[in-house]
Amino acid sequence: MRTSFRRAKEFAIEKLILLSGLASVVFVALIFVFLLREGISVLKHVSPGAFLGGRFWYPISSPAKLGILPLILGSLLVTAGAVVIAVPLGIAAAFYIAEVAPKKTRAVLKSCVEVLAAIPSVVLGFLGITLLVPFLKQFLGLPTGLTAFAGSLMLAFMALPTIISISEDAINAVPREYKEGAIALGATHWQTLVRVVIHGALPGIIAASMLGIGRVFGETMAVMMVTGNAAVIPETLFAPVRTLTATIAAEMGEAAQGTPHYHALFAIGIVLFLISFAINLTADLLLNRGRKR
Amino acid sequence: MTAGRTKISVRGLSVAYGRIQALKGLSVDILENEILTIIGPSNSGKTSFLRCLNRMIDLDLQARVKGSVTLDEIDIRRGVSPEDLRKRVGMIFAMPIPLPLSIRDNVAYGPRMSGLRDKAALGRIVEESLRAAYLWDEVKDRLGHPALKLSGGQQQRLCIARTLALDPEVILFDEPTSGLDPISTAKVEEAALELRKTRTIVLVTNNTKQAARVGTRTAFFLMGDMVELGPTETIFTAPRDQRTEDYVVGRFG
Amino acid sequence: MRNEAFKQKLGFGVLLLATLVVVIPVLAIVLLVLVKGWGALSWTFLFTMPQDGMRAGGIFPAIIGTFYLVIVSIAFSLPVGVMAAIYLSEYARDNALTRTINLAIINLAGVSSVVYGLFGLSLFVVFLKFGVSIIAGSLTLGIMTLPVIITTTREALRAVPHSYREVSRSLGASRWQTVRHTVLPRALPGILTGAILSVGRVAGETAPILFTVAAFYLPKLPTSLSDQAMALPYHLYVITTQIPGIPEGFRYGTALVLIGLVLVMNVAASVLRSRYRKRR
Repeated sequence: MRTSFRRAKEFAIEKLILLSGLASVVFVALIFVFLLREGISVLKHVSPGAFLGGRFWYPISSPAKLGILPLILGSLLVTAGAVVIAVPLGIAAAFYIAEVAPKKTRAVLKSCVEVLAAIPSVVLGFLGITLLVPFLKQFLGLPTGLTAFAGSLMLAFMALPTIISISEDAINAVPREYKEGAIALGATHWQTLVRVVIHGALPGIIAASMLGIGRVFGETMAVMMVTGNAAVIPETLFAPVRTLTATIAAEMGEAAQGTPHYHALFAIGIVLFLISFAINLTADLLLNRGRKR
Repeated sequence: MTAGRTKISVRGLSVAYGRIQALKGLSVDILENEILTIIGPSNSGKTSFLRCLNRMIDLDLQARVKGSVTLDEIDIRRGVSPEDLRKRVGMIFAMPIPLPLSIRDNVAYGPRMSGLRDKAALGRIVEESLRAAYLWDEVKDRLGHPALKLSGGQQQRLCIARTLALDPEVILFDEPTSGLDPISTAKVEEAALELRKTRTIVLVTNNTKQAARVGTRTAFFLMGDMVELGPTETIFTAPRDQRTEDYVVGRFG
Repeated sequence: MRNEAFKQKLGFGVLLLATLVVVIPVLAIVLLVLVKGWGALSWTFLFTMPQDGMRAGGIFPAIIGTFYLVIVSIAFSLPVGVMAAIYLSEYARDNALTRTINLAIINLAGVSSVVYGLFGLSLFVVFLKFGVSIIAGSLTLGIMTLPVIITTTREALRAVPHSYREVSRSLGASRWQTVRHTVLPRALPGILTGAILSVGRVAGETAPILFTVAAFYLPKLPTSLSDQAMALPYHLYVITTQIPGIPEGFRYGTALVLIGLVLVMNVAASVLRSRYRKRR
């Protein structure tokens, strides 16, 4: 009698475990469905082409102009700037930490990278707008320091931990035999790194960069606080811009439920969701290919 | 007490891992109260065979098993749950693997999982099992200590006590003394000889001399086939198959 | 030969420089916030309600709000995440369903925080009619931290030697009994590490709570799950960008409390992790 009660309890628990396993899939689907639910109605007011390619974002004028091209370009510009800074820096730092740093300093350096990863984006945004933005204004003689450049700097900083730690994993995964083989043939440590290790770690490093890019493409608070508020097509790195994420965060409070503005913001959410889906999928494929080898 | 009726009956047992055939259609009757020792070079299928007898092979996801095994004429795949089967057919592994618990909790683990809660009853079982494994005197004062602190030989005897706590009818030994010192080895062998009086023992060993010391019958496995099976003395003094003779004499190993 | 040695020195120097460019600002940031914010920390600041439009008084309701959000979101994500990880580690086979689940986890981890905010608004606030409330915000945050909990728990479970599972099964224990009595207890420190890291993340996130729970100013503390709440990250955002005339010390003080909370969590998780590794 007690055994069958135990078996029934166990059956129930194992079903619960299975359901929890499926939970992630369910949640991803839910996110997509609910974004779609509110966002698809934007197509009543504007065609997909006009939405994605429209050059004017004036959501509260009537009729509302709902072109998100300036926002897309804003996101791209800030992200591209971040990539240019963070990828070389991050890869170089990863190599230093994984291959060159003495053991004791390595632990300290890794802790610093972890601390960086832990700093909330709103705190970075706060420091950005309080210190970096005025500094840029003065140092570069700009009308305002709220620029895409400030955003790129912030985002670069935030992408670094992802790029560094995943690249580090990739570098450490290169079999020791490759390095020892090269050294046995007379190569210096540096030559080994540049010729052999980079080659073996490349898929992982590329995946790391992609994941870093994906992470900052979706970054909201820090970038919102330092890039200014200009939803116009950016012409230079040193002027205010608006990213897709900042638009949602800044305007959702004002958009009444059911208005075209409201639906448009959700539609932007769909765009963001699909882009990060694509980036993560690619990065994961790269990481798995790298591992299988 | 001589071996009597059939305890376990194996018919046409095959085990494959992908394209590799570990056991090729084996049939054998294991008799009650015997010690059946299984010898043979590595990768002959000895361990796969053992794992089929208590359905531990189910945990090997790549293994494909065909054929039938019956315990007291009950099909072990259909007539009994794997959990109940394993309480009746216990297993001692090659490496002593104490669970990260105290000595007492290690031995009491099986009965607890079966639902036994009464502390007094558990205490009795722990003592009886440790005695039967010739370990009681060495650990009786420190039952609450971590099992991992015991020596290798003591750990293996702990594993035997742990299995005995469930009072199994059959005990499968998978190369139980391969890492142990001679004294511990002797104690394990002594325990096996004592245990077979009340149970059935199947013992896989890499050490032919151990088989000669301990087995009532011996089976010689080679590359997935059971080449020969017979009374231990016959296998070692007058084997019928040339390959058996080559192995026991030491021409290959 | 000498050329190569020189090249190596140069190359390593560049790598070191890159590392310093990364690391020095981190230390500078922490020190800066510490130095400039420390002065503002006082009993009043930490434990009283804000006054004069946030320009005086304290940030107590924001601290309490963050505390509630953390508790409720972990109450959701820890059980679900641990069970999901148990499924993946102990029950799942190598098939398309498992690959899909893994892909879903990676995607959940990559979704932008503001998109989570939209999702939370659309599902919890509007569709399920929870309104802007602690429950809506916590569930949103909980789903956001699910990948972290699943990944760290899965690693902790995988670290338990397979032989323990074999032994347990051979003694007649079922799969669940083995997990419950042998695997899970062993993996507990690792699971706890993941939970602590999650707390740090939940405490610091702003975008997901913007539309789901955060309030600009509440006269009273929240008393139920359906109340709105203030929260530290949102508070910092508001006093930095929306309200002029806030004493600089308040801003840095709020940032310090937030960073302090997050770093304490991270340090606790690290200590736990290294003690756990040493034990093994």
